[in-house]
Amino acid sequence: MKQKHRYIPMTEQDQAEMMKVIGISSVEELFHDIPEAVRYQGTLPMSEALDEPSLLKHMKQLAERNADFEQYVSFLGAGIYDHHVPVVINHVVSRSEFYTAYTPYQPEISQGELQAIFEFQSYICELTGMAVANASMYDGATALGEASALASAHTKRKQIVISRTVHPEAREIVYTTAKGLDLDVVEVDYNEGTTDLDKLKDLVSDQTAAVVVQSPNFFGAIEDVTTIADIVHAQKGLLVMSTNPLSLGLLETPAKLGADVVVGDAQPFGISASLGGPTCGFFAVSEALMRRMPGRIVGQTVDRDGKRGFVLTLQAREQHIRREKATSNICSNQALLALCASVYLSTMGKAGLQEVAQLNVQKAHYAAKQYEQDDSLQLAFYAPFFNEFVVKLPEGASIPAINEQLIAKGYIGGYDLGQAYPELSGHLLLAVTERRTKDEIDAFKAQLKEVLV
Amino acid sequence: MTDQHTQAEAPLTQAPAQPDKKLIFELSRPGRVAYSLPACDVPLEDVGSLIPANYLRSQPAELPEVYEVDVIRHYTELSRRNFGIDNGFYPLGSCTMKYNPKINEDTARFNGFAKIHPYQPESSLQGALEMMYTLQQDLGALTGMDQVTLQPAAGAHGEWTGLMMIRAYHESRGETRTKVIVPDSSHGTNPASATVAGLETITIKSNQQGLVDLDALRAVVGPDTAALMLTNPSTLGLFEEHIVEIAEIVHEAGGLLYYDGANSNAIMGITRPGDMGFDVVHLNLHKTMSTPHGGGGPGAGPVGVKSKLIPFLPKPIVALREDGTYYLDYDRPSSIGRVKAYYGNFGILVRAYTYMRTYGPDGLRTVSECAVLNANYMMRRLAPYFELPYDQVCKHEFVMSGRALKQYGVRTLDVAKRLLDFGFHPPTIYFPLNVEECMMIEPTETESKETLDSFIDTMIQIAQEAKDNPELLLNAPYSTQVRRLDETQAARKPVLNCACS
Repeated sequence: MKQKHRYIPMTEQDQAEMMKVIGISSVEELFHDIPEAVRYQGTLPMSEALDEPSLLKHMKQLAERNADFEQYVSFLGAGIYDHHVPVVINHVVSRSEFYTAYTPYQPEISQGELQAIFEFQSYICELTGMAVANASMYDGATALGEASALASAHTKRKQIVISRTVHPEAREIVYTTAKGLDLDVVEVDYNEGTTDLDKLKDLVSDQTAAVVVQSPNFFGAIEDVTTIADIVHAQKGLLVMSTNPLSLGLLETPAKLGADVVVGDAQPFGISASLGGPTCGFFAVSEALMRRMPGRIVGQTVDRDGKRGFVLTLQAREQHIRREKATSNICSNQALLALCASVYLSTMGKAGLQEVAQLNVQKAHYAAKQYEQDDSLQLAFYAPFFNEFVVKLPEGASIPAINEQLIAKGYIGGYDLGQAYPELSGHLLLAVTERRTKDEIDAFKAQLKEVLV
Repeated sequence: MTDQHTQAEAPLTQAPAQPDKKLIFELSRPGRVAYSLPACDVPLEDVGSLIPANYLRSQPAELPEVYEVDVIRHYTELSRRNFGIDNGFYPLGSCTMKYNPKINEDTARFNGFAKIHPYQPESSLQGALEMMYTLQQDLGALTGMDQVTLQPAAGAHGEWTGLMMIRAYHESRGETRTKVIVPDSSHGTNPASATVAGLETITIKSNQQGLVDLDALRAVVGPDTAALMLTNPSTLGLFEEHIVEIAEIVHEAGGLLYYDGANSNAIMGITRPGDMGFDVVHLNLHKTMSTPHGGGGPGAGPVGVKSKLIPFLPKPIVALREDGTYYLDYDRPSSIGRVKAYYGNFGILVRAYTYMRTYGPDGLRTVSECAVLNANYMMRRLAPYFELPYDQVCKHEFVMSGRALKQYGVRTLDVAKRLLDFGFHPPTIYFPLNVEECMMIEPTETESKETLDSFIDTMIQIAQEAKDNPELLLNAPYSTQVRRLDETQAARKPVLNCACS
């Protein structure tokens, strides 16, 4: 123990006293059970230690080499959004009683976290209209993979029909999940920006465990979920719906549209973008599917004195009890980010969530209109949308090059749809949140036109 | 302090009942707001003209109507009803509840890390990509692996990722191997991960010393062996002395070795999974690398592999060009695909990297030495009072059995509940499953001798209380916001939300 370090209290005297109690004369003796052949000799070839001032400087330098939302105006969405984060959120999630705790295994000293999760579950149920929600998942995309697994287990069928309008990365995860569980994934194409309902009808059969859709979808368009639900329910399959929870301030609840499983990512609810993670997946189901849900669930109960309290419950589903027979291997949840989402919803409240959803719709539609009325740019689709839409650039435009030029002008440009949809090369997906002003929207379009010339 | 606690029962049961802590929904008063949004500066359109009416919400979500002070007081009160590492000693075995450094929280909140988008041009993310690349390299060096993916979001997620790669590796060689061997002391996630990777679990019993039984292992390996999953040191806190032989047995049968890195805090700089013969390893950055557990997450579970498995890593990984720029490498045709949206829990990676840079390689070795010394000290001092099923040198954690207390009608659960009255978080209890009335204690390196002594003295006192006054334990805790909760009722008649509307 040569080095002194601010996180380690061991003094030479402590060490001597402890060794005496143990009955050893060197710390080395504690490692005698590690065979010599596998002992590491020398110093690992890793980054060196830095003192606190140097480390702060180093980290600042790394951070400064990234273009952030404070210095650049962002029109990029595609699953991660630049929304306003109410200032109270950081103050709440910085309370270390929350962030330095683990999963509330000891409910008597964890009522704060348990109640926070219970309230999160309540918020998700209220927004989605579903009967039950869990304590959260890694992110919206992995939640979609878990939802597909649940659908297959419940229906005892192997086929997952997924729309191509679902986030491409979420689809990739569904594929990886399907490989593990030996599921058969079939993609259904889109037409004018939303799922092609005729093709869907042809694909769905009594072999279909679930139809998986996203609404608003990856192009920002709102799907005709009710019709899709009817198609899959006619074959006794489940409807798995992924949604942007912020849109639910304005759009009909997935429950009323006919969804059986509702997932999504709570990032729009006050969670920083952080290069895409950590965010917080949510997972809600109808009552019939409650005991098939993955992840932690908090329930209300009473203590010995009859006082209301909260505990982790329905644990017979979980890996620490069921091991290989568990509904999922998930162990953790994203409690701290679920807390962000809860504080966001508490702050926005009934009126604020409607208002912020309205602002997104208004600003995005104003922006879309500017492209609709342009000579060289056009909207790719005319389906109803929430806060994202697709712009078709003139023939031959290179979106990576355009986005590089936009960065130089202080803008984070849109998502290059050609990356995931070869037929949509030259199509730009733009997101407009409540953070964007009319001036920014106008200026961005002008700059985009300029770099196109 | 102690006397007060032993006599606490009578006065507290007579205290006037405190009202339940209200839910945020119960604070709602119509007309209050806690938000501030910009006015709409674009020409307002009727929403009905933009989105068809049948797509619009027929009833607004019944969210609470509160003002900002309510929000702050509500969550501040909830935080006061919660126990974290900053509140006190948290020796939760296998969870490595070490101090969560504050500098980590500060760096992760820098705008250049917190407010960046995964799809920005790579040229505008060079600092983030450099950090990730360096972390990949450093974690590879620490574990003795040839390449690392930072994508998995947690330990269990890393296990699944690793097993999917192992499966792809065998399949690429035209082999069908479906069995994953785990010891009976393994984490529950190991068999659960095997199932979701489409593999079957074979559980083997540990031997009398708590280690892998080599004969039992030899008996089950064969042409269907995909992998052995091992936590080393094990959940019993014991190092598998015969690890080299274990690796040989599995490799000779054509299987691979998976290292569950949950217990890596014991071995940093001392030995490496790669040198022990493991082919795949995950690390729990929220354990070993001090990132906060967050009340259950987020964590991060990077996975390292030996070169033969590199082609199967999830895509993308961060790579370095000859010109010194960093990029996301998607050109990986044999990849198992994607396991997590974007590039992993980046905010957690920033924290872990910050932590590792406070120590450097020598410092990380000191971390493990101190963690192991602390655990052995506690074990020795507690040995006269509690049964040690495996009385030998431990690593960063050890297990004790509360079996001897059963003669007084007291169980390990009661000891745990009594500890709450003294301001300690209890150890992990009833795990691993192969030790009766198990308590699994992991002190970590960030606790002082005074803290360890105080916990040990309390445990000794509780053992005495169990003999003298078992009722005291059976009714504990007394000093917490709520007392023991009815878990049966919670599961039988589930109330899982407040049904606000």
